[in-house]
Amino acid sequence: MSDIKADVFLDITNLVCPMTFVKAKATMEDMEVGQIIEIRMNEGEPIQNVPRSLKEEGHEILKVINNNDGTYTIFVKKGGQ
Amino acid sequence: MKEINYSELKKGGFMRQVQKGYFSMRLRVVGGRLSAEQLKKIYEVANKYGRGYVHLTARQGVEIPFIRLEDIEAVKKELSEAGIEPGACGPRVRTITACQGSSICPNGIIDTTELANECDKRYYAQELPHKFKIGITGCGNNCLKAEENDLGIKGAVKPEWEKSSCTFCGLCQAVCPTKAIQIDEKNKKITIDRDKCTYCGRCVKSCPTNSWKGKPGYLLYFGGMFGNNIALGKQILPILFSKEDVHKVIQATLEFYKKYGKQGERFRNTLERVGWDIFKKELEKAIENERSDFDE
Repeated sequence: MSDIKADVFLDITNLVCPMTFVKAKATMEDMEVGQIIEIRMNEGEPIQNVPRSLKEEGHEILKVINNNDGTYTIFVKKGGQ
Repeated sequence: MKEINYSELKKGGFMRQVQKGYFSMRLRVVGGRLSAEQLKKIYEVANKYGRGYVHLTARQGVEIPFIRLEDIEAVKKELSEAGIEPGACGPRVRTITACQGSSICPNGIIDTTELANECDKRYYAQELPHKFKIGITGCGNNCLKAEENDLGIKGAVKPEWEKSSCTFCGLCQAVCPTKAIQIDEKNKKITIDRDKCTYCGRCVKSCPTNSWKGKPGYLLYFGGMFGNNIALGKQILPILFSKEDVHKVIQATLEFYKKYGKQGERFRNTLERVGWDIFKKELEKAIENERSDFDE
C-alpha cells in the first residue's frame, strides 16, 4: 500500500517492450502537469527500462513498491514539458 | 604467366574464392560505421565489378564478392575515392568493432565510436603472430560481446550513493540485476555489495533524484576466441577510469603477444602457455603510475 494518491492507474503487465513505455508515455500525455500516475508493471525488463525512460522524459518517480508477485507498482508525477 | 601472391592479396583484404580467379574484397569498416556516401560507392562497385550484392560479416565488416583478379587495382582506386580502404585479413589486428555507444544509445556509458577510431589509428593491421580482434561495447548489455574478442572493452560505471538527495523510492534495488543494493528504509540507509556489483550503471541511470552518482570507466577482457576452439575473455584488471590507461594496456597486450606468441598461435593459447600471472604483471607495470585506480 502507498500513502500517495494517484489520479490515474495503468496496468502494463500484459505488454512487452517497447509497448510498455509507449503505453505509459501515451497515457501521461493526456494528464495535467503535476498529476500522479500509478503504473503496475512486470519485474525484469519493464522495471529496468520504463521508469528510467520516464525520468528522461522529465517526469518524477515518487515511489516504487515491490508487490512480491513478480510485479512492481510505481508512482510517477507528470513533469513540465 | 605472372605468379599470383595470394598472401599479399589476403593482406590487402582480397580473399580467394572457391571460383577460380575471383576474390571477395573485405573493406575497412571502423566501429560498424559507414557514411551514406561510402554505401553509395560500395553499391556502385558491387554492381560494376561484383555481382550486385555484398556480404555483411559477423564482425561488422563488408565484403564484396566476385571481384576479378584483373579488376583489383581499379576497384581499390574507385573505393579510395570515397575514402574506403581494404580491410585486414591474416595475422594482424583486425577490424575494430563497436556498438553505437553513449553518443547514440540511451544505455551507452562510454563513447565507443571515438575509442574505436583511436584504436583503429593506433593498432589496426599491426603484424602479430595470429589474428587479433578488438571489440568495444558501450555497456553491460554487451551488444558487441566483449568476451568474444582477444581484447574486449566494456563501458562500466562505479556507483557511489549520496544520502542527502535520496528519497528511498526503491528503484535502484528493483533495477539492480545482481541484487547488490539493499535498502533499509526504516534506518534511511542503502548498502552496496561491491563483490556483487557488475558496474552496469543501472542504479545511476534509473535514480530519479540522482543520488547515485557514477564514475564512467572501462572493463577489459583478455583472451576470448570463438573459432574452432572457444574461450571467453577474462577480466584480470579492475575497472580503469582513464582512456590513456586503456591504451597503455592495449599497447602492453600487443607487445606481450609479439614477444611471447608463436606464429599461428591464438592469443588465448599464448596466455595459457606463458602464464596469466606474467601477463597481468606486464599490464600492471604499464599502468603502475595509476595505482589509485586499484583502490576498490
